Amino acid sequence: MSPALLLRRLLLAIPTMFGVALVVFVLLRVVPGDPIAMMMPGEATPEDIARLRASYGLDKSIAHQFVLYLGQLARGDFGVSISLKQNVLSLVLGRLPATLELAFVSMALSIFLGFGLALSATYWRASWVENLVDGINSIALAIPEFLWAMLLILAFAVLMPVFPISGRIDPMRATVFTTQFYLFESIAKGEFALAGELLAHLALPAIALALPLVAVIARVLKSSLQEVMVQDYILLARVKGFSDLRILVREALPNALLPTITLTGVHFIFLVGGTVLVELIFSYPGIGNMLFGAASNRDLPLIQGVTIVFALVFILLNIAIELTYALVNPRLRH
Amino acid sequence: MAARALARNPRFVFGALVLLALVLVAAFAPWLAPHDPMEQSLLNQLLPPRWVAGGDPSFLLGTDTLGRDLLSRMIYGTRPALMVMVLGATLSGLVGVLLGMLAGYFGGWLDTAVSRTVDTFMSFPPMLLAIVLAAAMGPGLNTVVISVGLIGWTRFCRVVRGEVLALREQEFVTSALTIGESRLRILFHELLPNLLPLVIVLLGLEMGRAIVVEAIMSFIGFSSSGLATWGAIIADARSYINQAWWAMTYPIMAIIVAVLGLNALGDGLRQATDPVLQR
Repeated sequence: MSPALLLRRLLLAIPTMFGVALVVFVLLRVVPGDPIAMMMPGEATPEDIARLRASYGLDKSIAHQFVLYLGQLARGDFGVSISLKQNVLSLVLGRLPATLELAFVSMALSIFLGFGLALSATYWRASWVENLVDGINSIALAIPEFLWAMLLILAFAVLMPVFPISGRIDPMRATVFTTQFYLFESIAKGEFALAGELLAHLALPAIALALPLVAVIARVLKSSLQEVMVQDYILLARVKGFSDLRILVREALPNALLPTITLTGVHFIFLVGGTVLVELIFSYPGIGNMLFGAASNRDLPLIQGVTIVFALVFILLNIAIELTYALVNPRLRH
Repeated sequence: MAARALARNPRFVFGALVLLALVLVAAFAPWLAPHDPMEQSLLNQLLPPRWVAGGDPSFLLGTDTLGRDLLSRMIYGTRPALMVMVLGATLSGLVGVLLGMLAGYFGGWLDTAVSRTVDTFMSFPPMLLAIVLAAAMGPGLNTVVISVGLIGWTRFCRVVRGEVLALREQEFVTSALTIGESRLRILFHELLPNLLPLVIVLLGLEMGRAIVVEAIMSFIGFSSSGLATWGAIIADARSYINQAWWAMTYPIMAIIVAVLGLNALGDGLRQATDPVLQR
């Protein structure tokens, strides 16, 4: 991707962000309901309510409020959460690392499992292994992640209690972290027992998120591998006497990667979007869970803040993925 | 001929049976359900299913922590599921197909406006949009139906727009224009019938998604709290999962069968009605 094209994509993100801010703003304000009255104690006087409303700027017209809000956003000011009484941006940024770790771990898991399935189905072609892989793929794709999450809770928390079903870390543990990236930090510090505990908490939500992507990766990689395996240079490698495993991994795999990378990028976006629900189900303290709390309290500044940060992450990921395509596919570079 | 092709298509038959079962159970819920789905009974808390030791013959699938009959709750749960499925999928279909057709056919500023709106909606994770809407509208079935519409219309819009772009240069459209048919007539009489097979498949997929969205929204408490819904049964069952793990399996299985059936229905309809696939 040329710098000019990258700049164009980044500039195009601005109207989209404007649209996101507008949609959320309008959705939250055209419908009746009064967050201020809800947060006041019963004995509050109408003057108290009016004063609080004015302090959050909720007494002005919607158009006026939106212009003010855009001005604040442009200065990086996301406002103050009504229910938590803290700066929205620092609240959201404090939770974002938990969500990013979940997305990262389940992405790594999908790639590992997806590649494993595709490679073994190709290595043991036309045997029960290939049929098994195809079967796993269809089931993984047909069942939505919400139901996977529930089935995983049933299987690995109740019938075979191996993994915890909620939270990010054992609440009794009094570890002090310097960053919000608990997992990466504990690995960097070499505290592997702690990393293991964090991973055990991540296991079920990460698997629930990963399963649909595992199926997509396995299916696409398997079909490109099988196209490559009938090419002449594979035959040549066979004639040279290379082992089957070496032919598969060293000769076929690099030439079969491109479609998988393209599709994985697209589905990674879905995976990040899926964190909202999975965090809720497993009480995982990321920004999806924070949004749910904000919605239950009708905390308008916090809902807006989470939504806008999420949309920004989405848009930046999209651009990053396009950049990756250009890197791996020379034909797209210009 | 189409009818015979349909009857021979196993995917269609499976899907049609699932849909028929859903409709019948929902319609005759008061006659089918052995108990009132909301009736609590402290004497009958957490009964196991009838075939397990300790099960009570009058509570076939057992009861929950409040002593409510799970079978009756499952039966009544088909009603909100069916309602959200039909209304939600119709809403997203209507909005998406209409905007997609207009954007694809007229192009220009209209196309730009619609496409930018689609981009904006797609830069939200779907659940995020539903939660924001629930925060604004408060919980209830209306909220669930509109969420399905808000999340789903972009899928119809994108696909239909692309299809119309491809169709509008074809001869049957240009000749309709030459013989003086109005643009609106071309849209609805020439283009729409050609879009139908595609729209049917999308509707099948969307109905399956709507059932899942309904379950999710009632699971997190954003649907009507006065109704027995499959999602609410899952949410309740999750809280007493260590005492009665089986309670969660009924709604999960029901949703999986419904989703598979509805997807198969759309697919089967297309296979049996698409003249290109018939050859």
